[in-house]
Amino acid sequence: MDLQAYQTEGFHDELFDESLGPRPGAELLVSRLAASSDGELSERQRAADKMLLTMGITFNVYGHEAGTEKIWPFDIVPRVIDAGEWSTIERGLKQRIHALNLFIDDVYNQRRIVADGVVPDWLVDSGKCFRGPCAGLKPPRGVWCHITGTDLVRGGDGVMYVLEDNLRTPSGVSYVLENREVMKRTFPQLFAGQRISPVENYPEKLLAMLEYIAPPQARDPTVVVLTPGIFNSAYFEHSFLARQMGVELVQGSDLVVQGDVVFMRTTHGLERVDVIYRRIDDDFLDPLAFRDDSMVGVPGLMRAYRAGNVALVNAPGTGIADDKAVYAYVPKIIRYYLGEDAIIPNVPTYVCGEPAQCDHVLSKLGEFVVKPANESGGYGIVLGPRATKEQLEDCRARIKANPRNYVAQPMLSLSRVPTVVGDSLEGRHVDLRPFILYGEEIFVLPGGLTRVALVKGSLVVNSSQGGGSKDTWVVHEGRR
Amino acid sequence: MLSRVADSVYWMNRQIERAENVARAVETTLDLALEGTISPGRLWNALVCTFGDESDFWARFGLADQANVISFLAFDQTNPNSIASCLQAARENARTVRDMISTPMWEEINKAHLYVRSAAATNAEIDHPREFLDDVKRASQLITGVSDATMSHGEAWHFARMGRLIERADKTSRVLDVEHYFQPAAARVARPPSGAAAFGSGPAVEAASGTDAVQWSAVLESASALEMYRKVYGVVSRRSVADFLIFDREFPRAMHFCLIKAEESLLAITGGSKGAYTNPAEQRLGRLRSNLDYGAIDEILGAQSGLHGFIDGFQTSLNQASEAIFATFFALQPVGPSGQEA
Repeated sequence: MDLQAYQTEGFHDELFDESLGPRPGAELLVSRLAASSDGELSERQRAADKMLLTMGITFNVYGHEAGTEKIWPFDIVPRVIDAGEWSTIERGLKQRIHALNLFIDDVYNQRRIVADGVVPDWLVDSGKCFRGPCAGLKPPRGVWCHITGTDLVRGGDGVMYVLEDNLRTPSGVSYVLENREVMKRTFPQLFAGQRISPVENYPEKLLAMLEYIAPPQARDPTVVVLTPGIFNSAYFEHSFLARQMGVELVQGSDLVVQGDVVFMRTTHGLERVDVIYRRIDDDFLDPLAFRDDSMVGVPGLMRAYRAGNVALVNAPGTGIADDKAVYAYVPKIIRYYLGEDAIIPNVPTYVCGEPAQCDHVLSKLGEFVVKPANESGGYGIVLGPRATKEQLEDCRARIKANPRNYVAQPMLSLSRVPTVVGDSLEGRHVDLRPFILYGEEIFVLPGGLTRVALVKGSLVVNSSQGGGSKDTWVVHEGRR
Repeated sequence: MLSRVADSVYWMNRQIERAENVARAVETTLDLALEGTISPGRLWNALVCTFGDESDFWARFGLADQANVISFLAFDQTNPNSIASCLQAARENARTVRDMISTPMWEEINKAHLYVRSAAATNAEIDHPREFLDDVKRASQLITGVSDATMSHGEAWHFARMGRLIERADKTSRVLDVEHYFQPAAARVARPPSGAAAFGSGPAVEAASGTDAVQWSAVLESASALEMYRKVYGVVSRRSVADFLIFDREFPRAMHFCLIKAEESLLAITGGSKGAYTNPAEQRLGRLRSNLDYGAIDEILGAQSGLHGFIDGFQTSLNQASEAIFATFFALQPVGPSGQEA
C-alpha cells in the first residue's frame, strides 16, 4: 500500500519521522506495511476482530445495562519502541517505583519526609486514599506497591513523560498478552526476522512475586486472585490472570476469616489462603475495617492481615502515592530518598491545594487540563481548550469548593500511531501503560499496553470512553 | 475446588445438556408432525407439557403451533429453559469459571452462545429449524468432546459430567413420558393398568401397531437410539423401548447408564465407595441407581401407576438427589463465628 499518502499533521508520530521515514526500530515494520497489498490491512483487521469475539476478550462498561460486555477494540498496527529508548524508560520506572515504595512505607511509619518539609503534612493526611488504619504496618519483605501500571505519554516535543502513577489495582496487563497473541495469529508476517521482546512470561513473574512476598511462615503458599465478580469492568483480566498462574479466582463470599486466618470454602471444606492478589479497592476490602456497606469484601480480612497471617497485593494504603496531587511531588520524593534526578520527567502540574498555584490555574482555566486527584478511568477530567463555557464555570466552582481535590496540567499534544481506518492508515493519539512488579527485584514488562483514542482527533484513550489498544513492540537492532 | 466454582461447572453442563435435549425433542416433534398420525396441535402441545413450562407458554401464546412453540422453546429469552436462555446462562457460568476450564472449551461455549444469539435476533430459523437444531446438538456434543479431550479428568470434570448426566437422565425420562401427553387432557388424570394405554401395547404383546411403531421409533430417534436399540431388540414396541431407555447399562442416553456414571463421578469427588454412603448426595443418588439396578420393566408396566407413575417418581427422586448435591457441596457454611474486627 502507498504510505506516502499518510500524514503526520504536525504531531509526533511513533512510526514515522517528519519526512515520513521510519523511526529507529520501525524500519522493518514500515517496509512490510508498505509491501502489503490493497485491502490486506482491512482483511487482517476483520480477522483480528473475529478472533477477539470468538476468544471472548471483553470488558464491561459501567453506566450501561448491568454487565454490558463489550469486545475489546484492537488495532492491528503495532506501536514500536526502540530498545535503546526502552532501556531508559525501564530504568526510569524502576527508579520511580523504588522511591514511591519508600515514600509509602515512610508516611505510614516514621513520616520523615513530612518532618523534613519535602511533602506537606496536609497533603498526606487529607488524601482520599490515605488509610489511617495502615499506620505502623510493615508488609512482608517491606513491599507495598507490588504491581504498578504507570501511564506514560509522549508530548509534541518528543519527550516521554509520566502522566499518572497507578498503584492501587491497575488493569490492562491481560490485554498486553492477548494483543500479542492475536497479532501473532492474524498477522504473523509482520514478526518475521525481527527481535521483539517477549511478554508471555508475565504470569510466571507475577506468580513468583506473589509467592515471594507470602508471610514467612507459609512454606508452600496458597495464592488466590480476589475479584469483585463477573460484573466488574476488569473481570476478564481477573479470570485471565488466575488461569495463567493456575491459582483460584475467588470472590469475597468464597473467603472466610477464622481466628485471624483466611480460608476459602471448597468442596472439601475450608482451605487456608496465604496471599491475596486483590482486585478490590481498599474501601471494599473488609466491611469491619473500611466501608461497612461493602458486599464484595471479607469481614475480618484486615485483622488477619495485621496479624501477619496473609499478604495483600497491593498492600492497603498504597493509594496515597496514586493521588494526583502527591504525583506533583514525585520528582522531589525521588531526590529525597534516592538522591537522584527523576529519569522520566513529570508533566508540569499545578496543585490547587497550594493557594498560589490555584490562583494561577483559575486565572487561565481554559488552557489547562483539570483532573480530580483520586478518580481513575478518565472520569471527571475537564479539557480546558475543548470545554464549553458552562463546563468551565462548573469546573471553577468545583475547584473552589474543594481545591485539595484538583490538579491542573497543560494540554499535551499526545503522540500518534498509524491506525487502520477502512482500507488506509490515519494517525490516532496514544498513551502507554507499562507494568512493573516489585518482588525480590523490580521487573518491568517490556512494552506495556498502548491505548489508542480511536475517534479522530480525540485524546481520550480509556476503553470505557471509546478507546482501543495496540500491540506494543520493544524492537532490538539487527535481524533475528 | 471452590464450592461456588463447582456449582457453576455443574450447572454450566446441565444447561448445555438441556439445550441439546430441547433441540432433540423439537426435531422429534417435527418428524411426527410430518407423519400426520397425531394432530399437529396435540403434538406441539405435548412438547410444551413435556418440558414442564405449560403455564408460562399459555401466558404468552394463544396457540400451540410450530412457530409459537419453536419460538418459545428455542429463542425466547424470557423462557429460562429455552435453547437461547440455556446457552446464555451456560456461557455466563463459563465466564465465572473461566480459570477452571480449558481455552478450547471456553471458545466452543462462546461460539455456541454467539450462534444461537444471532439466530434468535433474526428469528429466521423458525420456518426452517432443522439446520439450527442440528447445529445446537452438534455444539453440545462438541463441547462435551472438547472437555473430555482438553480438561483434566479431576474434580471439576467430574462435577461437569455429573451435571450433564443428571440432566440427561431427567430429559430421557421426559421424552419417554411423552405418550402421556399425546392423550386428550381428560384421559390423563388416571391411567388404567398397562395394556389399555392410548398408544401402548401390553407387556405381553411384542409387536407394535403401525401408529405405535411410528411414535416409539420417534422416541428412540430423539435419543439417537434407533440403531443401538435395534441391535438389542429388533422390532420396535412400547415395552422394549421403555426397557431400553430406562434400564440399559451401556447406552449413554439411557437413564440407568446416566445414573451409573453420575454416581461414579460423585464417588470420584468424595472418595466414597459404592454400596455405602457418607453424605446425603451419595445416599440419594445411590438409592436411585440401585432402584434401576434391580428394577424390571414388566413390574413397572404391570403396576397400577404404570409407566407415567414410575417416571413421575423417578423425576421426584432425581430432584431430591440434585438438592442433596447442592446441600453437600455448594452450600458449605463455615463452622463457628467469623472474625470480628477489634
